[in-house]
Formats: sequence, C-alpha cells, structure tokens
Amino acid sequence: MKRLSATVSGLLLAGTLLCGAAAREKIVVDGSTTVGPIAKAFAEYFMKVNPEVSITVSESGSGNGAKSLVNKSCQVATMSRAMKQGEYEAAVHSEILPISHVVALDGLAMIVHPANPVKNLTTDQVKAIYLGRIKNWNQVGGPNTPIVIISRDTNSGTYETFETRIMKGEKIAKNCEYVGSNGAIRQRVQSTRAAVGYVGIGFLDNTVKALSVNGVLPSLDTVKDGSYPIARPLYMYTNDYPKMGSALYRYVTLYLSKKGQQMIEEIGFIPVTNY
Amino acid sequence: MNKTGDSLILSQAASRFRRLAAALMRGFLLLVTALSMAAVLLIILYIARDALPFFRLAGLKEFFASTAWYPSGRPASFGALSIFFGSAIVTLGAMAVAIPLGLAAALCLSDILPFAVRQAVKPVIEALAAIPSVAFGFFALVVFAPLLQNNGGNVLTVMVWLILLPPGLLLTYLTAEASSRGIREEVAPAVKWVMAGVLGWLLIRGLLALADRLGGVTIDSGANALNVSLILGIMALPTIVSVSEDALQAAGRDLREGSYALGATRAETLLKVVIPAASSGIVAAVILGVMRAIGETMVVWMASGNAAQIPKPWFNVLSPVRTLTATIAGDMGEADQVLGSLRYHVLFALALILLLLSFFANLVSEWVLRRHRRRMSGGQK
Repeated sequence: MKRLSATVSGLLLAGTLLCGAAAREKIVVDGSTTVGPIAKAFAEYFMKVNPEVSITVSESGSGNGAKSLVNKSCQVATMSRAMKQGEYEAAVHSEILPISHVVALDGLAMIVHPANPVKNLTTDQVKAIYLGRIKNWNQVGGPNTPIVIISRDTNSGTYETFETRIMKGEKIAKNCEYVGSNGAIRQRVQSTRAAVGYVGIGFLDNTVKALSVNGVLPSLDTVKDGSYPIARPLYMYTNDYPKMGSALYRYVTLYLSKKGQQMIEEIGFIPVTNY
Repeated sequence: MNKTGDSLILSQAASRFRRLAAALMRGFLLLVTALSMAAVLLIILYIARDALPFFRLAGLKEFFASTAWYPSGRPASFGALSIFFGSAIVTLGAMAVAIPLGLAAALCLSDILPFAVRQAVKPVIEALAAIPSVAFGFFALVVFAPLLQNNGGNVLTVMVWLILLPPGLLLTYLTAEASSRGIREEVAPAVKWVMAGVLGWLLIRGLLALADRLGGVTIDSGANALNVSLILGIMALPTIVSVSEDALQAAGRDLREGSYALGATRAETLLKVVIPAASSGIVAAVILGVMRAIGETMVVWMASGNAAQIPKPWFNVLSPVRTLTATIAGDMGEADQVLGSLRYHVLFALALILLLLSFFANLVSEWVLRRHRRRMSGGQK
C-alpha cells in the first residue's frame, strides 16, 4: 500500500516536472464571449498538435480583452467589435501596437415562431419594431396580434452588434424583454407565437423561423458576399504582428487553414476565407 | 507540608487553569461573533464604497425619478424607478399568493388535520425549500410561460378561485359574526346566517363575474410579472408555512382548551385566540417570505422578461418587468470594473438600495414583534 502510494506520488511529481519543462511557451487569450468558443476550439486543437505550448482562454468581454492587451496581461485579445479610438490611444500610450486579425464573420438572424406567416422584414421595419413604433404584426403583413420583442441583455456582443447595425444609437422600447443567452432567445421565440428575436446564425434550427431581411435570407453565403445586412467581423488583436513561425503566429493564423475553417463552421460562424 | 495542603495547592492550580480556559473560550466565542458582525459591516461598507461614486457623478434625480434604463446607450441613462417598481410588484404578487395559501396551510397543519397527517405533510412542504431556484426558473420559463400564453384565460380563472376564495369565505364569516354582535340573543343566529348567506352569494357572484372577464384574456408573453409572482410565491411558501405553523403550535394547548372551556367553537378559538396569540410569529413568517421573494435572482432573471418599464396601467401584471436582483446579475458581465465606469457603480447603487430595503424590512419586523410582545404582556394585568 505504502509502495503504491509512493509510486503514484512519484509519477505525479515526474508528470508535473515534465509538464513544467514542456510548457515553454504560454499564450494567454482574453476577451469576448462571442469569439471565446473559436479561441477555445483553436486552443484545444493547437495544444493537441503542439503539446509544448500551453494556451489559456478566458471570456471577460470585448472591453476587458482590450484592457488586458494594453496592460500586457494577455497576448491575444478576442473582440466581437473593432477597438475603439480610446482603446487605441491607451494602447499606444503604453507602447502597444494593436494589430487586428479578422478570424471569422458572424450574422444575426431575425427569428419568429414557425406559425408566424411573416417572411420578410426590412431593416427599417426591424428598427421600428424595436423602437416600439410598429406594435402589431398586422402592420407588417401578419396576424392581428401585438408584437412581443425580445433582445439579448445589454452586456453581450450580440446586443452591441444589433444596436450598432439596426438601432444606430436609438433606444430600444421599454417593453422589450431581455434574456441572458442566444439559446434563451430561441427558447422564448419557439414557445411564443407573437415573438420576434435575434440570434447568431449558429443558433438557427428548425424550431424557429428565420426571416429574410431586406429580402435576403441569412446564410453563410449571404453573410460572406455582404448582401445580408446584419453581420459583423470577429477579431483577435495582438501586440504588433507576431513573429513569423512563432507559436503565437501559428495560433492567430489558424483561421486561415482548412482545419481552422472547419472549426469555425462547426461552431456556427462563417470563415472569412474559402479553401 | 502535609497532604491536605498539597491537594489544596493542586486544586487551586486546577481552578486557575479552569478559569483561564473559560476566559479563553469566552474570548474565542466573542471573536467568532465579532467576525460574523464584521463580515456584515464589511459587506455594507464595500457596497457603499462602490455605490457612492455613482451618486456623486450622476446625482440622485435621474436614478430615483426616471424610468429610462439604458446602461449601454450613448449617452447612457440610469433611471431605476421602473426597476424598483418591478421588484415591488413582483414581491407584492408573490405575497398575494403565498400569504393566504401559506397561512391556510399552517392553520390546517396545526389545528385541523390529524397529527399523523401533519407529520407526513410538513416535511414535504419544507422539501420545497430544497429545490434549487434555477429549477424553479426553468419550470417558469419552459413550462409555465408557454402555458400562460396558450391558455391564459383558464389559468387566470383557476388562480383567482384558488387565491381569492379562501380569504373571501373567511371574510364573509367574520363580517357575518361581527354584524350579529350586540343584537338580542334570540335573533342573533338568524341575523348571522342571513348575513353569511347574502355575503357568500355576493362573493360567489363576484368571483364568477371576475372569472368570466378573465376567461377572455389572452396573454402575449408568458414571461411576465404574474408568472414570477406565482413561482416566487410558491418558493416563499415553505418559509411561511413552516415558521407560522411553529408559531401556531407554540400558542399552546392551554390556550386552546381554555377557549373551548369558555364555550367557543373551533373557528372562534382559531380566529380569536390562537391566531392573535401567534401573530408575532406569523408576522415574522411573512417578513421572511418577503425577504425570500425580494432577494430571489435566478427565477426573475429567467422568467420576468426583464423589461425596464412601469406597465400601463401599473397593476397590469401580465406585462414583463425588471427587478433589482435580475439587473445586478444580468448587467455585471461587461460592466467596467477596472476603470470604474458609471455602469459598474450603478449596480452597486442598486445593491445598496436592496440592502437598505432588507434592513428596513428587518427593522419593521423587529418593531412589530416588540410592540406585540409589550401589548400581550400589558394585556394580562
């Protein structure tokens, strides 16, 4: 018994030492909860192929990612929006040069209950609905029922995209319901006949109906060719362009490889390149 | 020295040791008590420290008087009035559900049902308290919200009957009895029965009319104040039942038997003797229930709709509302902790208000209990 435990602890010790010796390079990733799944999938794959590199990914929001990059507590900041002017200024001030890598595209789909006969909305109609100016489905060619508007909570990158692409700075009506995740929006819409909501394209399934916006249905192709109006790039930021061939370089350029594109599509986003 | 002297010295040493040990023990207990008090004080201090910058930068007027809650807008606005309102109406609703049901259940358990049934039923009710709130939230969102949307009118009708009928009958009985007081003894029972009949008929007709009107209501969105009120009410039930049942039990056998000996019926004994005697415990139970409802986060975040608005009209519980707790939980993520933005500090301002509210509720309960105790002891002469 004693010998067994001694062997086990010896093995453990050796294992720790080996890991410590092997993890020569460390990459810390921090930022957006939207880009987080991509960063995690990349990290998992990268560490499998390159066991000598250790990558930690945390999701504290796009703004916090930028801050971590500026005070050098991470090497990669994932962001679901571009850096703001103030963040650039703060970066340059502490001798950081943020370089953006657009790793994927994301589209927001407007969804309704499958029984809703409405098929298309224009961006102006979507805006008017969320402003509370269009209150009834019969104003946009649907049945005579009041519209129940549902939004992501104001913390999310998804909300920020909707706010910038659709609302353009105007304020959403007070009776709008807020929920905590893409999945929760889908759940509310699939069980509420009069509801309208928006989710990332990766969350579409046959329990809800995606509307075409300005006559264009959301899909990988329409987001990529720019015809679908509610889309955004997803970013990774590094300090300066990483040294060619370094682990950091190989990690942030993973999105260019075939494997990287597959992973992005599996998570439900749209790869920027097409091999 | 002789032997007795030795043992005397020994016992002196032993008693000194014992005294030292007692002092140490007392010191340790004091430390533990002080620690828990210090924890409470530190929490208040910490929350106040992060809340004050908000009031300094944004002032009080917008926070307390405006209903525009757009923490991410440019410029942002932090009107929390509708959020206070949301917490208030959800708590009121929960109490409207939990107090009549809870007190009725407690009365049944303590005085009406056989003892064996009570022994079996009470643990089951108390087990309700062990269900995690996220499970209640999931039920509210996935089962109850669609049910409200699809069969709104029927659900409302059933709820109205369940909640209004028991207190209605009680009120009928009490009014009938009060009206027969001071009338000549020969006609008093007749007056009482006629009154009870008339009032009971009015009650049933009123409820039927109400149910008729509610039956036609359609509910657009099941994630609303009514949904969470009901769920929170059920969550507060075990607290209210358990504490008030204990209070009713504690009123004692003597009191009940004394009342019966004076010729009182069981209803009279319950309403006029047992409940008044247990009222301090009942008030404590209700306030504990209120605290449970006002502090609950997960259920309201999942199923209240989180719309920062005061419904029109204000008592329209079929529209979504946003509560203090849900706002704090939901807005914490992106709130800028490092730079200390307004969006971060406003959450602490909300937390401070929540803390003050629960403090206030505690004070009120304390005051009620003390007043009640004084009156009870003064009344004995």
